[in-house]
Amino acid sequence: MKRTVLFLLVCALVLSLIGAVGAAPKYKVAMVTDIGGLGDQSFNDAAYRGLQRAAKELGVEIKVVESKKMDDYETNLSNLADQKFDEIWAIGFLMTDALKNVAKRYPNTKFGIIDSVVDAPNVMSVVFKEEEGSFLQGVLAGKMTKSNIIGYIGGMEFPLIIKFESGFIAGVRSVNPKARVLVGYTGKFDDPGKGKELAMTQFSQGADIIYHASGACGIGVIEAAKEKKLLAIGVDSDQSHLAPAAVLSSMLKRVDTGVFMGAKALVEGNWKSGTVVLGLKEDGVGTGFGIDRFPKDGVKVPADVRKLHDKAVDLIKSGKLVVPSTREEVAKFKFTL
Amino acid sequence: MEPIVRLVGITKRFPGVLANDGIDLEITPGTIHALLGENGAGKTTLMNILYGLYQPDSGEVFIRGQKVRVTDPNVAIRRGIGMVHQHFMLIPPFTVAENIVLGSEPRRGVSLDLKRAVAAVEELSARYGLKVDPLARVESISVGMQQRVEILKALYRGAEVLILDEPTAVLTPQEVRELKVILDSLAAQGKAIIFITHKLKEIMAMAQVVTVIRRGRVVKTLPTSETTPAELASLMVGREVILEVEKGPSRPGEEVLRLENVTANNNRRLPALRGVDLTVRRGEILGIAGVDGNGQSELVEVLTGLRPATGGRVFLKGKEVTRTRTRQRIRAGLGHIPEDRHKRGLILDFSVAENLILATYDRRPFASGINLNQGEVRKHAERLVREFDVRTPSTETAARSLSGGNQQKVIVAREIDRDPDVLIAAQPTRGLDVGAIEFVHERLVAERDRGKAVLLVSFELDEILSLSDRIAVMYEGRVVAVLPAGEASEDILGLLMSGAARSADEARAAVEGGNRVG
Amino acid sequence: MLAERERAFRPFRLEGLERLWIAFAAVMLALFLGAGFILWAGKSPLVGYQALWQGSFGSLQNFAELTVSMTPLVFTGLSIAVAYRAGLFNIGAEGQFIVGQIAGAWAGAASVFTGWPMWAHLPVTLLAGFLAGGLWAAVPGLLKAYRGVHEVINTIMMNWIALYFTHWLVMGPLRADPIVPRTKDILPSAMLWRFLLPSRANLGIVVALLVALAVWYLMWKTTVGYGIRAVGYNPSAAEYAGIPVARHLLLAMIISGGLAGLGGAVWVSGVQLKFLDIFTFTGYGFDGIAVALLGNNHPLGVVGGAFLFGIFARGAQLMQSVADIPKEIISVVTAVVIILVAADQIIRGLGRRRSSRRAKEVAAHV
Repeated sequence: MKRTVLFLLVCALVLSLIGAVGAAPKYKVAMVTDIGGLGDQSFNDAAYRGLQRAAKELGVEIKVVESKKMDDYETNLSNLADQKFDEIWAIGFLMTDALKNVAKRYPNTKFGIIDSVVDAPNVMSVVFKEEEGSFLQGVLAGKMTKSNIIGYIGGMEFPLIIKFESGFIAGVRSVNPKARVLVGYTGKFDDPGKGKELAMTQFSQGADIIYHASGACGIGVIEAAKEKKLLAIGVDSDQSHLAPAAVLSSMLKRVDTGVFMGAKALVEGNWKSGTVVLGLKEDGVGTGFGIDRFPKDGVKVPADVRKLHDKAVDLIKSGKLVVPSTREEVAKFKFTL
Repeated sequence: MEPIVRLVGITKRFPGVLANDGIDLEITPGTIHALLGENGAGKTTLMNILYGLYQPDSGEVFIRGQKVRVTDPNVAIRRGIGMVHQHFMLIPPFTVAENIVLGSEPRRGVSLDLKRAVAAVEELSARYGLKVDPLARVESISVGMQQRVEILKALYRGAEVLILDEPTAVLTPQEVRELKVILDSLAAQGKAIIFITHKLKEIMAMAQVVTVIRRGRVVKTLPTSETTPAELASLMVGREVILEVEKGPSRPGEEVLRLENVTANNNRRLPALRGVDLTVRRGEILGIAGVDGNGQSELVEVLTGLRPATGGRVFLKGKEVTRTRTRQRIRAGLGHIPEDRHKRGLILDFSVAENLILATYDRRPFASGINLNQGEVRKHAERLVREFDVRTPSTETAARSLSGGNQQKVIVAREIDRDPDVLIAAQPTRGLDVGAIEFVHERLVAERDRGKAVLLVSFELDEILSLSDRIAVMYEGRVVAVLPAGEASEDILGLLMSGAARSADEARAAVEGGNRVG
Repeated sequence: MLAERERAFRPFRLEGLERLWIAFAAVMLALFLGAGFILWAGKSPLVGYQALWQGSFGSLQNFAELTVSMTPLVFTGLSIAVAYRAGLFNIGAEGQFIVGQIAGAWAGAASVFTGWPMWAHLPVTLLAGFLAGGLWAAVPGLLKAYRGVHEVINTIMMNWIALYFTHWLVMGPLRADPIVPRTKDILPSAMLWRFLLPSRANLGIVVALLVALAVWYLMWKTTVGYGIRAVGYNPSAAEYAGIPVARHLLLAMIISGGLAGLGGAVWVSGVQLKFLDIFTFTGYGFDGIAVALLGNNHPLGVVGGAFLFGIFARGAQLMQSVADIPKEIISVVTAVVIILVAADQIIRGLGRRRSSRRAKEVAAHV
């Protein structure tokens, strides 16, 4: 028994030494996820992709820390600051207040936050125009629907998620005023079962395409589409790999671009605090077509639909089309593509 | 005659207890051998060793002169040992024949050969004079009948030695007499019978040989023809015991408890009380006789407010309490020694001291505001432990670790110390040894003599007959007769309890006429 | 006979010390098994456990944060322990904690209390949390006490109602920010004093320890606790003695919910300073079940259990950021501790039952 313990301890020591070997890169960049954590197929994963890209292209040392509870936000951020990371990203608006406190305590550390704004001299805030990307999905759905019934499934009903809903509905209206959009919310972000249940309900009401903005619930939405041989539209990351034949497209929210951009600015020495708004023009949102990634199994998009989509991209980029981001604005929105 | 079973130097130790300490015992074919001892003396442990349920720490078992290691009951059964437990192990919806052959059924292919089973049972019952209906369902036959089925089950498996654990506890006097006839006939045909009991009278009537066990040791083995109940009792307890309850004549006073046409349901919502009228006076003990399950438990619960009455009225000291809660009745002067001390009477995980304030914890002097007055609680406990001779290491000991007799003393102490006007004692001595029974009986009589009304419910006719001043017999949810103790006898009560007689007069006439009914 | 019996009691007297020793051994064994998992994940257990230790005891600041992590667990652990003593299984501490937070956040920020001195406003804020939690638990409590509906199902349902009800409040009437789903900051007069800055350590831990002491007093030194424990141990005997069973069940449930709700308000007053809707359960209520189990449902044991849980929660953060150990592995190690400590209690519980059954066999049956 004693000998086994000793042996294991030696093993542990050796392994830890091996771990410590390796040259230290110049800059250290870290991120803290919210409770959803890695593997959400959504924005935490997207942020991590940006970080990985920074490691590869910029040679920075990276680290991810996942939060288990809400009281972890602040301590996770400050632990990383204690370890002298140069730039620390808070992923998600739930960390707004935690970051406010930590940024004040560590004025020499640079911070970034996704989806929220923290007004401090050492914080870069990155927000997105989700309504613009969602508008494009609305255009696609409006043209591709055969039943003229389209579904939208959100996670929880609050302004950020309503931006997705508003842009999407505006997009559908602009190409197909006859189409009806069913709007549903799962009430959570972490339950594929709930997503599938709600998707099945909308499909049974006649919907043939569903757009979701519901985190991991969306996995269930896509599964439902696959089973019913109907279509789903993914969100945040390109989700066509989940079911190539069932995912028409994905609304890309380039959280990875945001994180990478921040790291790049740090390395190149032109890091600035303040708010960065990433829309279509800045390549912060966009469309990922399933067919582009899976030419064989992917959902085919007719050329005229694609052309209409591209036209909308141009109009938004040029500022000729302003996409509504609230329900009030949608109510007043009139535009035909 | 050569003994069929010989136990030599059997020793069995449980943590903290030496249950059997070098016990020697010889059982001869053709005899009825009683094992007598207080609770905890080691009787059942010894028989469980013989039947293979426990392994002895040391000592040897010889069956027919051959040394045997009885590793489990199957070994015992193969060697011709059968056991009838206190609680029957029958399957109620099965027929008598099915129960008897269960486990070694005669088969035809894969299915039970019912005809052969019935034939086998009929043959057995004819040979030993144990009359049963092989096709009756066990759930529909009487307890005495069920016991016969258990005996037949053992005989069917070829038992030569029959162990009966407290076989008379559940029987009416008539059934006890019938059991005696059966056991005599079995013994006459060469079976050996071991019979565990603590009832002295039964030993004298039924057994030829008795072995007295005290604290895990054999005190003495002697023929019943050469002893007396008094001698056996002192051997068992280790001191002189007064078997008869000493009590003077009762001086009944005013009526304090009265029931008028009370009805109530049992837990299955079937009528359990079908119109009970009863009165109890100060200075008397009213005994309620009856076979278990004839409404006694429900009656006690209705009286104490634990079960709602569906009809009729209950008066306590002249005031109607039919709809009042238990707490109000306790405050109005009702005391209750419940029949199930583990379920109702005690909180086993509470200390002795905590249990002693169960009904009074929120009153002075134990409570001031919401604070518990620890000092008073302890003083109270220490006083009662002393006065009622509760054997406990301390007042802080959990009630769980006390022996049954001492647990009962805690309950009796608590209820009597509250000084109630009416004391309901349900099965107050069940499972207690002679010493504890004596104590409880003395206390009940003392309460009567202090002018309290005592309502005693018991399935032990001896207890009813020796303690009561008046006796009410319950049968199927009714009080079928109330008679002065002086006019009651075991026979009369037995006829009333079994429903064979519908009134005291009818029972008296039957007994005087010499008719055996039932 | 008496001497014999006394010998049989001796193990009970040793119980406190023995239990501590067994808990310690369980933690050590769990750490050892956990080291295996960490190695398996290709990381260094030494570095990992150093981080675990550092997280709580590496500096005064870290120790201060440990008190922050354990405070809510003391409250939810107490909540579950009180219910358990009454024979109830309160899975709803989570929801009661959540409504306690929102009530505390409302009372702490409400304009009616503007200008109130701290000695008045702070107690009102905490009381609001207690009342909200108690009210939340009263619903399943009433159903259990007077209708016999099992509390487990209803407390779980009340958790969901709490989650969505607070979500609605934060999105609607109590909304304070266009982006972040949160309520207004509470007023300074409703804040628990912080010390050891810049850590978030605050008087909440003192409140928690005092409340644990108060619960101990309530349960063992008052008639209320006597009644609750009597009902919990043996409702039939309590009924027999005229103790109103239903009333005590309800009371225990309200106290239990109140404690969890108070925990929520203390969290808001000391750490969060507002209600933040995280769209999911906080986890404190569920961890409280394990904390109560570790603490053998005794108030002082609960404090110990929360301390241990706090160390692991703190360690989980640092083990990730310093030792690169994935949070899943840390969850596994924590779970192993719970299983081992609980298994010990289960085994000993079985042992006790068996020995008591045997004692009964010996004592009553022979």
